Amino acid sequence: MKDFMFIFRGPTPEDLKLTPEESQASMQKWFEWIGELSAKGRYVGGDPLLKEGKLVQGKKPVATDGPFAEGKELLGGYFIIKAESLEEATELAFGFPDFEMQGSVEVREVMKIPMPS
Amino acid sequence: MNAPSGESPQQLVDHLFRHEAGKMIAVLTRIFGIHNLELVEDTVQETFLKALQAWKYHQVPDNPSGWLMQVARNKTIDLIRRRQKLSDISEELAFRLQSDTEHTIQQFFLDTEIADSQLRMIFTCCHPALNPEDQVALTLKTVSGFGVQEIAKALVSNETAIQKRLYRAKEYIKKHSIRFEIPVGLSLQDRLDSVYTVLYLLFNEGYNSVKADELIRYDLCAEAMRLCKLLEEHRVGSVPPTFALLSLMCFQASRFNSRIGDDNTIILLQQQDRSKWDQGLIRLGYYYLNRSSSGDQLSVYHIESAIAAEHCLAPDFESTNWSSLLRLYDCLLERKPIPVVQLNRAILLAQLQDLPAAIDAILDIPGIEELLKRHYIFSAVLGDLYGKAGNTDEARRHLQKAHELTTSLAEKKLLREKLDRIDKI
Repeated sequence: MKDFMFIFRGPTPEDLKLTPEESQASMQKWFEWIGELSAKGRYVGGDPLLKEGKLVQGKKPVATDGPFAEGKELLGGYFIIKAESLEEATELAFGFPDFEMQGSVEVREVMKIPMPS
Repeated sequence: MNAPSGESPQQLVDHLFRHEAGKMIAVLTRIFGIHNLELVEDTVQETFLKALQAWKYHQVPDNPSGWLMQVARNKTIDLIRRRQKLSDISEELAFRLQSDTEHTIQQFFLDTEIADSQLRMIFTCCHPALNPEDQVALTLKTVSGFGVQEIAKALVSNETAIQKRLYRAKEYIKKHSIRFEIPVGLSLQDRLDSVYTVLYLLFNEGYNSVKADELIRYDLCAEAMRLCKLLEEHRVGSVPPTFALLSLMCFQASRFNSRIGDDNTIILLQQQDRSKWDQGLIRLGYYYLNRSSSGDQLSVYHIESAIAAEHCLAPDFESTNWSSLLRLYDCLLERKPIPVVQLNRAILLAQLQDLPAAIDAILDIPGIEELLKRHYIFSAVLGDLYGKAGNTDEARRHLQKAHELTTSLAEKKLLREKLDRIDKI
């Protein structure tokens, strides 16, 4: 099996202004998705990213403050999962719970460099 | 980056966030003052954001509510530190003041103090100077952790109207420096009364509103009961009228699932499947009714609970003890001389086979002409009684009026069936 990265983008929880009940419901959906991926032996792990950060760029590099993208383009976290193919990984990404909240998932295969034999 | 252990998805206790929101808001309000309610609400919101991110990707901690409280406490201490920068005192004094403050804040997060803060919040939201609809909205927002949209849904209103009520209530509290406290001495009784009224309203809103959807109505009833339980568990609220109100809610709630049919029609007491009544809640109702019988206070809730108990006692509709109910209604009428009580008493007279007296009792209700024109229930009952008494003309006239007045489809259906039956005669 190959490793894939799910890259999540979307509005931050701050921007969504969820009520306590909605927060809990949203969290429950994530638990179910992760549970499903784990049950299939596909889930490896993941982390959320904090909103604050710096961007360093330029030929004479300078650091600037985030945010780095507007609203729904903001990177919010990632998963590493296992799948047989990009097709299977993509299918698994359909379980992402936040599509309704303007979220998106980018699916990328983690490149493994083969040892020269 | 550790994967959650186990194969089945993690699960949180139902409404955990709502209940924890209420607790955190109460504790933080005690620290920052009721005039800082916005700051408090923002801090609580931030706490949930942190939980949302951390728990979504990783493990829910073993003690989620402890985790939330700790995050809220740390945020609070941070905020206070930032606000308490004093430049005119020595470093030593500043340090001592700081550690005193932090020690005091820690104390506020102890379980007994949390309960105390929640009671203060309930008393503040139910302050008699606020008008009833603002009391209900503010209670749902700050004590129960409902969002504006959820309150609007529960009270069959819209978000703008709810925002307005919340704003008005908060402004009033600020302007009149209403204290965030548990009343003592003579005023305690009055203040408890106004808490009862709000909880009773909240419960009935959930129990009787035919417009709101079933799920949110259930939530409202459960929430009213939870708050009543909070009151009952606290020393100031552990008094007979609280037990009576709680027992009334238990009896009513026991019938929650049997009073709406599959096609969303209302099932009257007479037709309800009594095997569906929740026996656990009925037992709990009796438990609290027993506890309410100490002391010499007889509140309306005592009487209403006894009435509800009488219905729960009867194995079927026919064996209901109508004469005992009539006595209870006579008692209730003395304390609550309002048209709805008079109407219900008239229905009892009809059950006791005295139709003419029942019809007269309705016609004797002060202002009955207006009531018949405005509230479908009066026309519906009167029409029904005329029907039973064989006066089909009057029956048809009133039932038609009721059909025209009600906005509930379920009620319309019920009335239509009655009208059809009369037309067959």
